[in-house]
Amino acid sequence: MAQRQWQEKAIHLTLVAMATTSLLVVALIFLFLGKEAIPFLQEPGIARLLDRQWMPVSFQLEHFGLLPLLSGSLVVTLTATLITVPFSVMAAIYIAEIARPLEREFLKPFIELLASIPSVVLGFFGLVVLAPLVKGLFGLPSGLNGLTGGLLLALMAIPTVISISEDAIMSVPRHLKQASLALGASELQTILKVTVPAALPGIIAAIMLGMGRIVGETMVVMMVTGNAALVTLNPFQSVRTMTATIAAEMGEVSFGSVHYSALFCVGVVLMLVTFVLNLGAQRVLKRYGMMS
Amino acid sequence: MNNPGERLTYLGLRLATYGVVLVIGYILADIIWHGIPALNWAFLSTPPQQSGGAGGILPAIVGTFYLVSGTLLVALPLGIGGALYLSEYATRNRLTMAIRLAISTLAGVPSIVFGLFGLGLFVIFCNFGASILAGALTLACMVLPTIIVACEEALLAVPQGLRSSSLALGATKWQTIRTNVLPYSLPGMLTGTILAIGRAAGETAPILLTAAAFFLPRLPGSIFDQVMALPYHLYILATQHPEAEKVRPMQYATALVLLLLVLGITMGATILRSKFRKKYRW
Repeated sequence: MAQRQWQEKAIHLTLVAMATTSLLVVALIFLFLGKEAIPFLQEPGIARLLDRQWMPVSFQLEHFGLLPLLSGSLVVTLTATLITVPFSVMAAIYIAEIARPLEREFLKPFIELLASIPSVVLGFFGLVVLAPLVKGLFGLPSGLNGLTGGLLLALMAIPTVISISEDAIMSVPRHLKQASLALGASELQTILKVTVPAALPGIIAAIMLGMGRIVGETMVVMMVTGNAALVTLNPFQSVRTMTATIAAEMGEVSFGSVHYSALFCVGVVLMLVTFVLNLGAQRVLKRYGMMS
Repeated sequence: MNNPGERLTYLGLRLATYGVVLVIGYILADIIWHGIPALNWAFLSTPPQQSGGAGGILPAIVGTFYLVSGTLLVALPLGIGGALYLSEYATRNRLTMAIRLAISTLAGVPSIVFGLFGLGLFVIFCNFGASILAGALTLACMVLPTIIVACEEALLAVPQGLRSSSLALGATKWQTIRTNVLPYSLPGMLTGTILAIGRAAGETAPILLTAAAFFLPRLPGSIFDQVMALPYHLYILATQHPEAEKVRPMQYATALVLLLLVLGITMGATILRSKFRKKYRW
């Protein structure tokens, strides 16, 4: 009997330890990002991050301004969000409220398929097919710009936003719809004036989660945005995002150099931005009881 | 009943939905159409030559297989253990809330930040170097939250009555879990995990900094070796190769292999899951 109790306790403790791994990993992420980023704040100083230029390799003075990278991430994120929102919300309404059961059975898994296409494959498609198309369509000197990046990122965010918005729409209590229909409203009026407004917090959370995915995406933007570190909000210009900067430059820096440490500073900023977006989305979902 | 305005709105909603479907279909068709001509057995079974411009992609396939297996080996037990604790043992206390917050935070961390973390911790601090071990550990940290959530869902699907009856007969908590909970939830946990692993197979950013080699025409010998990996190989071929236009068929074929691998894993797991769901209907 005593042995059995001892065994139960050991298993309990093992499981606690395994569950705590996630906590440990989060702590280690913050610890190691901070550890490698802090040297930059000490030696060249935090003021150097406020520069207007990002030019980490130079014969004269290197520039480590985050502004062009922030504006680059902002351009692609805004472009992608503007494309994602109307398509996802409309598709979510259609799938949840209008599509016939058989149609739903086809549409849902097919759109989820999009979520499992590797980002590097989407980036490749963008490079070979979409960029020349954008170039020709708008008469630009190059198709590698914020718009091409934004279009592809929208494709990556759309399945996430559709599936969470759809959950939110489906979770609207039936009596609300029935009351509206009983009062003589048409099916469409009920959808647009009752169901969707009731599901709005969930839809907003879905959009925020989608934006979190867009900001953090690396391969697509590295392949199709042209990677020129300009301070611009024009989606027709080449831009360089925070993620692409880390991925492209980390391979060439020596460990412990100022440039190395500056890239970890970029990582910290990126982490904070996505952290805020995700936390916000979760707050909204929890507050309105839409946590799945 | 249906006035023209309403009909137009319905049409708009339908168009938006099928527009998305059409774009997905077009991307798949483009990759398949251009990928198939260059795809043959020699391409799959020989190492690359001339920095990837000729030859095959065998080391990249093997490398991805090693990375994925390593990830599974680390993340599956941790995921199942974590989910068991959360769904069977955890009470509403500070620790549980902290763990839940950590899981949702991890799920939102960008993949390139996992790459930085893996570089700092595994490659440099633990001194593993850029290697299969460092890459697999990094990917495991990345997929852990998805696996925990999937496993927890599978555990929650087992009816409470099975637990209560076992406990009422005098079984201990672990005996109950072992005999009455795990057998029914294991299929769900496995398929959920496979879905997460499918995503890991296509990820490039985390292994970029922790495991992937530019060009390595031989197969890895130990877990401390660098490896080629399919997603990274496609990235290199598409953007770094001096004659990117000329090797386009190779790029398409590599993209197709990667796509088939990831979609194959994902679809296989989805089909298995729906089969198991039908088997255990309570």
